[in-house]
Amino acid sequence: MSLLTDPIVQRMLLVAIMVGATAPIVGTYLVHRRMALLGDGIGHVALAGVAAGWLAGSWAGLAQKDALAIPGAIVFAITGAVVIERMRARGIAAADVIMAIMFYGGIASGVLLISMAGGSNANLMGYLFGSISTVSWDDVWVTVIMAVIILVIGLGLRPALFAVTHDQEFAFSTGLPVGALNMVVAVLSAVTITASMRVVGVLLVSGLMILPVAISQLITRSFSKTMTFAMVIGVVLCVTGVGITLFHNLQPGALIVVLGVLLYVVVASGVALLKKHRHRRDSAALRADLRDQEASA
Amino acid sequence: MHVADNSAAATPPALVARGVRVRLGGHEILHGVDFDAHHGQAVAVMGGNGSGKSTLVRAVVGAIPSTAETIEVFGEPRSRKHAHRVGYVPQRMGAGSGVSATALEVVTSGLLGAGRLRPPRGARARALAALEDLGVEAQAHKDVSTLSGGQQQRVLIARAMVREPELLILDEPMAGVDVPSQEALAAALQRKRDAGGAVVIVLHELGALASLIDHAVVLEHGCVTHVGEPPRALGVHALPGHDHDHAHTDVPEPPASPFAWEVRK
Repeated sequence: MSLLTDPIVQRMLLVAIMVGATAPIVGTYLVHRRMALLGDGIGHVALAGVAAGWLAGSWAGLAQKDALAIPGAIVFAITGAVVIERMRARGIAAADVIMAIMFYGGIASGVLLISMAGGSNANLMGYLFGSISTVSWDDVWVTVIMAVIILVIGLGLRPALFAVTHDQEFAFSTGLPVGALNMVVAVLSAVTITASMRVVGVLLVSGLMILPVAISQLITRSFSKTMTFAMVIGVVLCVTGVGITLFHNLQPGALIVVLGVLLYVVVASGVALLKKHRHRRDSAALRADLRDQEASA
Repeated sequence: MHVADNSAAATPPALVARGVRVRLGGHEILHGVDFDAHHGQAVAVMGGNGSGKSTLVRAVVGAIPSTAETIEVFGEPRSRKHAHRVGYVPQRMGAGSGVSATALEVVTSGLLGAGRLRPPRGARARALAALEDLGVEAQAHKDVSTLSGGQQQRVLIARAMVREPELLILDEPMAGVDVPSQEALAAALQRKRDAGGAVVIVLHELGALASLIDHAVVLEHGCVTHVGEPPRALGVHALPGHDHDHAHTDVPEPPASPFAWEVRK
């Protein structure tokens, strides 16, 4: 229990709970619109933002070179999200081609910018795979602000965001501001990614947005329940992952994602077995009914 | 039960479209189409595959960009402020459905619109009533992707009907729909028309809706080729599972290709 009074552990758990609860909110909209990879695209752009912030920091001669890394990530992620959404909405390129350009462009310019800043790829590692053990109280506060934004907008606008992601053509006909709502999803994705970057890193951030939704989807029938249950799964995964790393020297971001994949496999197998069992039971009951009918006839 | 003509004289037409043009992917699909819909009447927009009949209604509801000399809704230029009086039923569920959604959630989304980003009070009761009107209240809490084609179509119509629209626009509501659903749809549309609503239906064949239709607009290659009396009902053609293996001699306009009037699967 003395662990819980350690400020480092407190900060890690706080950030894990907030990120675990908020990442699946945007994830649900992305999965529903079949744009599960959008998070990856924006994540890679955010990495370029980290490096650009680093470069700006070294040019400005800041003592702490990465002081501008997170602001850089936020600016790049939001810009990237807006650009992706506009290109998609205007049909300039297919969504998967836009994603591919973001992946390569983001990683390549990130590496290039960090080398211009006199850093090495090792400096980027913390952002690629997360570094939750290094979060400061300032980081916690930034995460709190981002989490509140995601909760208020992502849950508050849920009916409208559902309508737009479910059937855009119908949404247009109702007079809903479709373009603006699509942009809200894109910008919320960018905010989610920068908030989750510290926990799982840009390479795995999308996993935290999508995996809880994929698991939740296996056992729920409604959109709102899928989202709520995914938030619970997100918190459980993050807290469990961080908790385990307190006792074992493992990389928390990777552990959280691997736990998510394992949970998905377990739940998917369980659901498949249950269906098989029900099917057998139903067909056995049917056979029994037929036998009874034959016997009485 | 024809209240149509009196109310049409007293109030402006529900829809007046003049010179509607649509360009998609560099090609002009509609070449200046004129088209009206009046209160208390049902008008069918007909034509073969690729005639532009779906494109026309999608343009009219604003789902795709278009240019037009005029698109007037209820006597005023079309704008978002009239959108709450319009109900639209697209051909299929949209691109969404990556995540499960219940019929109730889908129908409730019909209560949103310009300046209304959250459902109003009593939304749940209204959505359930709309599902009941279409005879799919038992499916309210089921995932729509697990419903049959006919039930899905009824849910989409309930989503438009819950808006209590004065102008109801449907894009091929009978495609791939079982007979009980066709009857439920026809009855719901009849009630809407008889209550003074304007109903626009994109149709491949008149089929089960033959008795409902007052006028027909026939399109071919993006141009209007016939306005007025609906073409004679073609009976079995609109029935689900109908196998289309003979040439047509009784359609209002000849098909553009041998496959143009193929029943969509």
